[in-house]
Amino acid sequence: MADDVLFEFLHMEMVSHIYKEQASRGEMDKDRATCVSALEGMGFRVGQGLIERFTKDSPSFKDDLDIMKFICKDFWINVFRKQIDNLRTNHQGTYVLQDNKFSLLTQLSSGKQYLEEAPKYLAYSCGLVRGALSNLGMDCVVTAEVSPMPS
Amino acid sequence: MSRQSNRTTDSKKMNSELFTLTYGALVTQLCKDYENDEEVNKQLDKMGYNIGVRLIEDFLARSSVGRCQDFRETADVIAKVAFKMYLGITPSVTNWSPAGDEFSLILESNPLVDFVELPDNHSTLVYSNLLCGVLRGALEMVQMAVDVKFAQDSLRGDNVTEIRMKFIKRIEENLPAGDE
Repeated sequence: MADDVLFEFLHMEMVSHIYKEQASRGEMDKDRATCVSALEGMGFRVGQGLIERFTKDSPSFKDDLDIMKFICKDFWINVFRKQIDNLRTNHQGTYVLQDNKFSLLTQLSSGKQYLEEAPKYLAYSCGLVRGALSNLGMDCVVTAEVSPMPS
Repeated sequence: MSRQSNRTTDSKKMNSELFTLTYGALVTQLCKDYENDEEVNKQLDKMGYNIGVRLIEDFLARSSVGRCQDFRETADVIAKVAFKMYLGITPSVTNWSPAGDEFSLILESNPLVDFVELPDNHSTLVYSNLLCGVLRGALEMVQMAVDVKFAQDSLRGDNVTEIRMKFIKRIEENLPAGDE
């Protein structure tokens, strides 16, 4: 079965390719948004497919919180090989999932230097989550935030 | 679309699906961005090359395989160690040329093409061309220039997938690796 590191390499290459291609075509401002949405769109379709495979045999979820717990545990483990570290909610439809060691970002050095570049690497994963949730019946907006690691 | 009937929720297997689906999304995106299949093939090869030059370091670090003495040994290491480690399959090495500089890797199954069907208007698309780039890039980092291409492709109706690898020359250490 495919090794984990293959996905990380492929993802890095995808991000770099999308940005390189857009840079060689149009102006920079428009490009950032289209790059992010292209990556997010890819993640969305993959997320939809993946969640279908994962939940083929499991019973339907009781409520939103149940769905979120599934995402935090099983889905995250299968995709990123670990669980979500922290889940918070305001019980009014907003959930905050915190991952202290996001596998796609561990390759970037910690500190403020590459903070601006981080969103590029998060777009695909946001799409993954949005796609998964959409196929579970939840319409949502997924955003990601990176905070610098204390050195 | 062929679906896997295996119902285990083994996490390694699921991760393989993530990789397969991601690759599929990538190829779809490339087909949208570029008008013709030739261009997509070229892009896949280029991306594969970039992945290969990094993957070789990961491979050497994890496999503790020493320097190969000749091309035959290289072929064995690629088939039995590298493919097994990264894709979980062991292709067979066959069809050696008389000069010993060309061989074929026969893949009974190709994890990249799970769930995939080629539509009719993309008959010249080499879907798994990323693999060619990866092999080429990785071997260039160990001073071997090779030419890699698909001789048979199960997506295009052949029984097996066959990758043909040809040794071109040994790269001198003091030349910088070609920039693609």
